[in-house]
Amino acid sequence: MNAIEVNNLVKRYGKIEAVKGISFKVKEGEIFGLIGPNGAGKTTTLRIVATLLQITEGEVKIFEYDLKKDADEIRKIISYLPEDAGAYKNLTGREYLRFIAGFFDGEEIVEKGIKIADLGRRIDDKIETYSKGMTRRLLVARALMNSPKLAILDEPTTGLDVINAQEIRKIIQKIAKDGTTVLLSSHNMLEIEFLCDRIALINEGKIIEEGNPEELKRKYSARNIEEVFTEVVS
Amino acid sequence: MIGGTMEEAQKKPLIGIVDNDNGVFSSITKNVTKSMAEVIYDESGEKVDEGLEILKEKGGTALFLMPENFTYNILNNISAVIHVYWIMKGAGIMDMVSSDVVENIMYQINQKISEILIEKGKMNSSFVLSPIKKEETTIFKGKEMEGISPSTIGNILSSQSTTVPIIMMIIIIMAGGMVISSMGMEKENKTLETLLTLPVRRSSIVFGKIVGSAIVGLIMAIVYMIGFSYYINSFQQSMEINLAGYGISLNFFDYVLIGISVFFSLLSALSLCMVLGTFAKNYKSAQTLTVPVSILAIIPMFIIMFKDFDTLPFTLKIILFAIPFSHPMMAMRSLLFKNYFIVIAGILYVAIFAFILIMIAVWVFKTDKLITGRIKSPRKFFMRR
Ligand SMILES: Nc1ncnc2c1ncn2[C@@H]1O[C@H](COP(=O)(O)OP(=O)(O)O)[C@@H](O)[C@H]1O
Ligand SMILES: [Mg+2]
Repeated sequence: MNAIEVNNLVKRYGKIEAVKGISFKVKEGEIFGLIGPNGAGKTTTLRIVATLLQITEGEVKIFEYDLKKDADEIRKIISYLPEDAGAYKNLTGREYLRFIAGFFDGEEIVEKGIKIADLGRRIDDKIETYSKGMTRRLLVARALMNSPKLAILDEPTTGLDVINAQEIRKIIQKIAKDGTTVLLSSHNMLEIEFLCDRIALINEGKIIEEGNPEELKRKYSARNIEEVFTEVVS
Repeated sequence: MIGGTMEEAQKKPLIGIVDNDNGVFSSITKNVTKSMAEVIYDESGEKVDEGLEILKEKGGTALFLMPENFTYNILNNISAVIHVYWIMKGAGIMDMVSSDVVENIMYQINQKISEILIEKGKMNSSFVLSPIKKEETTIFKGKEMEGISPSTIGNILSSQSTTVPIIMMIIIIMAGGMVISSMGMEKENKTLETLLTLPVRRSSIVFGKIVGSAIVGLIMAIVYMIGFSYYINSFQQSMEINLAGYGISLNFFDYVLIGISVFFSLLSALSLCMVLGTFAKNYKSAQTLTVPVSILAIIPMFIIMFKDFDTLPFTLKIILFAIPFSHPMMAMRSLLFKNYFIVIAGILYVAIFAFILIMIAVWVFKTDKLITGRIKSPRKFFMRR
């Protein structure tokens, strides 16, 4: 079964056309990366898949649910980590995970979240005292603790130092192994080739190339995805 | 409207006189009255009821009745009585102005007569200084109340019925501010997007935020009510007058109506704030957005303090009725005089108002306007600073 099917998706903000008729499919259990420069339309696409934005044209299916009709059902099986997301600062990490767990079934997932976040004793400190890396770990934990069928992560490692970024990539790989499908975005073309099973290169609202990172490098005789991107654009 | 009200205040009051004495002093009294007021009814005999009818029709303020023994008593060193029948139109501060003028006429009559008595060499000083005794009956909203003046009634009513407006205003501003800033905080902390992808219905988010602040608002209301009722009780005991003795009091059903009115008014305030809150970009802009709500809450409070709904010009009546926060503020006074129509009509209006606003808020949450921020004109209007 396909986890995501996007067909000729168009999104306009008033006159600005941010996404210009893109199509792609993500298989269940895959880590799929949407790679492209700033302003390419990654966030817009992810927000649509995450039920936040309305579709201008085209169609999107998540595990066979039609996004236009079944948004409420889709929200039960996805989780979304927004680009530069935040948490309620006056809560502690544990309280925040508990608050979110309240929207799902149970208390057990809080324990799982605490394990993913791996903040040690700091989990009981106020979020406002956390560093950027700690906050991001907490938010990733929040997004993954309920074992969603589909995790949508918008630039999950952007702005983090090498160590923190690596930690988060490991977490993502682990949950994918456990069966969660991952759709993520990044403008960092180097990190992504090690993480994703398949990628789509997006530029100015259009998907310009798609495939397995290794295949793409071979196809364009490139050393890395950055070179692939330059090749394709030129 | 202020101009109109001022003119009204400067106009001479319309007075009626029933003179059953037809003596020297009753005609002196009449002359003083005529110099200060416009006397539109002047008869003798059993004419009080007829005079009051005419005064009511023409918007008169009071009727003076001088009994047969008026001049006789004064000549015999006995206080003479003028019975004043007040036609009270409203209990707002502005409604009281004409009765103040009439009080002044009474004072001048007393002065004039004591001057004459002193010239004639009358020496019983306590009598000479105050030869006229005033007895009064106030007619207000179809009730005749003996032994009480409009200003006393006005004082009691205003202490009772300014409580609700003040409390309502505080609650609307505070609870409404909570709703708006919670939206501002969601945007500032970047938590709104996460919230909107959780498996929770949009309407539940709207209701959750509204109910949360409504509970805080109602708790505040109760705390303030208890505080104010202590204050008012001490105030009323010192006045030693109880309007309940005149049948002006609230029963259990009235309190239930006030409660319902407060509830719907709070609900519409909070849903209005919810809609406004969707324009908030961050905590600071949320604070700015509370201003229109505060103004809407303050306007009816002031109008009601100065004038009764009944005595307002037509356009102001419409404005007051249209502002949803007016209704609980007006409810207490209307109910004291068993004017159920305006109270129930107000509750219906406010309930519909709240319902529509909640629907709008839910609709905004169902579209992607909260994320894209594409609700243009009001933002431009409020945000430019
Ligand atoms: N709310 C919005 N209103 C208008 N234009 C927007 C809005 N959000 C994004 N855009 C525009 O859409 C395009 C794609 O943006 P985005 O999806 O955020 O790109 P990316 O995430 O790849 O950096 C950009 O040109 C951006 O300016
Ligand atoms: Mg982006």
